[in-house]
Amino acid sequence: MNDTVLQYALAALVVLPLLGAIGALLPAPPGLKGRDPDQAVLRHGVTVTGAVLLLSIVLAAGFDYRHSARMQGTTDLSWIPALHIRIHLGVDGVSLPLIVLTALLTFLCALHAYFKMPEGPSPKAFVALLLVLEAGTIGTFAVLDLMLFFLAFEMVLIPMYFLIARWGGEGRDRAAFRFILYTLLGSVVMLLGLLLIGLKAGTFDMVALATDNGSKLSHSTQIIAVLAIGIGLAVKAPMWPLHTWLPDAHTAAPTTGSVLLAGVLLKMGTYGLVRIVLPIAPQGAHFFAPYLAAFAVVGILYGSLACLALGRQGNKGDLKRLIAYSSVGHMGFVLLGIATLTPTGVNGALFANIAHGLITGLLFFLVGAVKDRYGSTDLDRLAGTSGAALYGTAPRLGGLLAFGAVASLGLPGLAGFWGEMLAMFGAFHPAAGLSRPAYLTFMGLAAFGTLLTAAYLLVVVRRVCMGDRSAEEVRLVDVQGFEFAAWSPLVVLTVLAGLWPAALLGLTDPAVHTLLGGH
Amino acid sequence: MTDLAGGLVQSIDWLAVAPPTILAVVALAVLVADLFVDEARRPLLGWAAVGGLVLAGLSLLPLLNGARTTFCLTTGAHNCSYVADHFTLAIQLLVIGGALLTALLSLHNQDRLPTGEFWFLLLSSAAGAALLPASRDLATLVVALEVVSLPSFALVGLRRSDRLSSEAALKFFLSSVTATAVMLLGVSFVYAATGTLHLGALSDGLTHAPAQLVTLAKTGAVLTLVGFAFKLGVAPFHFWVPDTYAGAPLPVAAYLSVVGKAAGFSGLILVTVIAFKPYGDVWGPALAVLAALTMTVGNVAALRQRPEHPRSAVRLLAWSSIGQAGYLLVPLAAAGYVADPRHQIGATVSYALMYTVVNLGAFGVAALVLRSDALNRITDYRGLYARRPLAALALAFFLLCLAGLPPGIIGLFAKVVVFSSAVDAGLGWLAVIMAVNVVIALYYYLRWTALLFVRPEPVPGEAAAVRTPASLTAAIAAAAVVGIALSGAPQLVLRFASGSLF
Repeated sequence: MNDTVLQYALAALVVLPLLGAIGALLPAPPGLKGRDPDQAVLRHGVTVTGAVLLLSIVLAAGFDYRHSARMQGTTDLSWIPALHIRIHLGVDGVSLPLIVLTALLTFLCALHAYFKMPEGPSPKAFVALLLVLEAGTIGTFAVLDLMLFFLAFEMVLIPMYFLIARWGGEGRDRAAFRFILYTLLGSVVMLLGLLLIGLKAGTFDMVALATDNGSKLSHSTQIIAVLAIGIGLAVKAPMWPLHTWLPDAHTAAPTTGSVLLAGVLLKMGTYGLVRIVLPIAPQGAHFFAPYLAAFAVVGILYGSLACLALGRQGNKGDLKRLIAYSSVGHMGFVLLGIATLTPTGVNGALFANIAHGLITGLLFFLVGAVKDRYGSTDLDRLAGTSGAALYGTAPRLGGLLAFGAVASLGLPGLAGFWGEMLAMFGAFHPAAGLSRPAYLTFMGLAAFGTLLTAAYLLVVVRRVCMGDRSAEEVRLVDVQGFEFAAWSPLVVLTVLAGLWPAALLGLTDPAVHTLLGGH
Repeated sequence: MTDLAGGLVQSIDWLAVAPPTILAVVALAVLVADLFVDEARRPLLGWAAVGGLVLAGLSLLPLLNGARTTFCLTTGAHNCSYVADHFTLAIQLLVIGGALLTALLSLHNQDRLPTGEFWFLLLSSAAGAALLPASRDLATLVVALEVVSLPSFALVGLRRSDRLSSEAALKFFLSSVTATAVMLLGVSFVYAATGTLHLGALSDGLTHAPAQLVTLAKTGAVLTLVGFAFKLGVAPFHFWVPDTYAGAPLPVAAYLSVVGKAAGFSGLILVTVIAFKPYGDVWGPALAVLAALTMTVGNVAALRQRPEHPRSAVRLLAWSSIGQAGYLLVPLAAAGYVADPRHQIGATVSYALMYTVVNLGAFGVAALVLRSDALNRITDYRGLYARRPLAALALAFFLLCLAGLPPGIIGLFAKVVVFSSAVDAGLGWLAVIMAVNVVIALYYYLRWTALLFVRPEPVPGEAAAVRTPASLTAAIAAAAVVGIALSGAPQLVLRFASGSLF
């Protein structure tokens, strides 16, 4: 397949969801009216996200894997000459997996919503917002212009805000506001850093800037720019101590919102670090890397300790909140990998990114299913004193939950293992100029974090899946057909990525070498 | 005519002065016609005013090459009092477009206001606002500024029976007269120090002012700027703004928040960037501090508005307009730090154009809601989407443009331009303060936006459907279409930011 096809596929990946969003607001055309307007619009959502998924598969099929470091399918059009903003799109080995992941998760969410619409106002707006969200996330991974990156980064805020505030659960207003205010404050500060880079280097083009590798930016400019950009991305990632919006947002968000938030929105932060900070301002990145690593390790430990506390009996721990905190820990590994500034660490970070998207997406789906059945995600109410005994009452659901948990704790052979191991491996030999003893300490602490992670996830499995309540109590509805359909791709990919990590690493590795300036 | 007189008489390029002249002539015509038109035909006056505004807008077309000057001195240096360059045209377009939208907003409730006077005052004020950006000497500038202000007092106080309206007018009048007095004092000092009123010559005059007159010149410059700060409602001279807006008839508040402000800003730009250019190191930091203060005061006050209070919608827009004035000042402050301020001025003009469209749009929807809920509270907007989906979507779009978030792409990029002018000039601290302000502003804009889509509680008994007047629909639709078009092609207004104005 030639480059033109890739180019159109990539452009369509961004534009199609936007058109679909407009289409969702219009009345359904005759012939597609379905049973009722709600069903018609939800089906529209499935169709459009399905088409986007197909396009992303076309993109992945046409991608030239021998040159994964090179930008492929590029579009480069002038949009706002006054600001030197160009519509510059392209995909390489770093962004391709993220784009496919986004398309997949959004499709699964639309599918899930088709059969089980979250409670709230009309599905029309839900579908439209979901599609705008998809356009924004795919856009973030596809654009190669700093200002467009900022635009796409901001584009997800309003849809996510409304998804939480309209279709969310308890405490949704506060959580939604917290989410948007934190992220906006971060991204406005990020804008200042992006502008500083653009004005000093004379271009907003990410490819040109990455080729320069920071040679046109003074040391102090790089430090200020990385600080500003880093804050914006760290809020999104989220990095401890800027993570406080995340647990509330996850707890309040509807299932689909949580899946997308954890699965793809958080990745925008770490992707930005890899795509912008590392290649464009290497000296600034080098200056801040030890701090980033330290915060990342604190995040790992903090996340797992918070989860342990939430998992304890009598603490009224919320299962969704627990998984949200576990995200803080997992994203800590991603940040640690990036902070090593080595190809090994960054590859590990990108792998852990994808793995976290798959596994946490699955976990949030499963917890949503638990909530649908029990009406609550409060661990104490679920488990009582003996345990919820999901193995007995709904064996398939229980089994999947246990699978998600062991995948999340990084069992070798599943996706969660490789990324975190490579991130720690990178910390064992950090890039030249970084203090090795410090990084060895970070590595040791991170390794301790994996133990804690294993501990709390096993606690969750024991309390939710095991127990002896099964006998007399009502049998729960086990996994339904549509749930299987929505979850099995994630399960399959988790196993696949765990058994054959080379597929993904082979894709990212050349691109990472280029981004780190190794050429 | 003798040779001597012939040498002194300045030639007039009627085409160049057409936009303000047409407005003034139509204003007088409407006032006179009001005497002879019977009650039933009064609405025609409004359409005549709209026609006049359209005509004035069309008269900008022949000037597009942007190289006309008139009222020039015939002796000595070639100093002109009236210049129709691209800057002038951009502001005139803004003024005329803004006045046109205001006119459309006011067409439907003519029975509550004295028709002839209203249109006369609106058009006169617009004529002044159109003259202001073109004037290149301090006398013309002050006169133009007064032509903008004087009719505005009357417009604010036009609802004779309304106590708040009169109080608002009085407050506005007193603060404005003070501003004029201070400004005139400043202008006279500057004239005394330099011996010229032409802006271009002033810059030279100030550079070469005799040593003993430098203090006088500086005092004059400061007083002139203080006068402008009053007129623009810049903190700490902003106290009259919210009461005036809340007391004035809604279209008038819309007009003042957009056209009045833009005209004032164009005057400030001319004075600082052209006339007081040598003092850039003084007014640059001063304006930076004022900008930071203004946006913070405006946004914090807007944040504290209680949505359930009467008139809270207009009050919020009033305070937020103070905040927006702060953003407009940022590039202007940055202009004091750079050698060639064309980019910075362009940034202000671009932002002002964006702000005009979306703010008038927001006022338009407010006027629409006012017809069914006379109290004008923000809580009246609860569930607007269920009642009037298009109006609610339009308002959401306008508010998000003001907040600067997608889908309001033009609002986002206008802010990016402002940010980039500050970063470019090395005003990092101001950019950070503005960043915090943008977040504060998002909170109240978004709270309002979210309210639009709340599912309303079922009301016992069907509320009487209120018909929407065509002119109001046209105004909102026009603002929405322009806003959406600009979001797709931001270059249309952002081109000014690339420095093509002077």
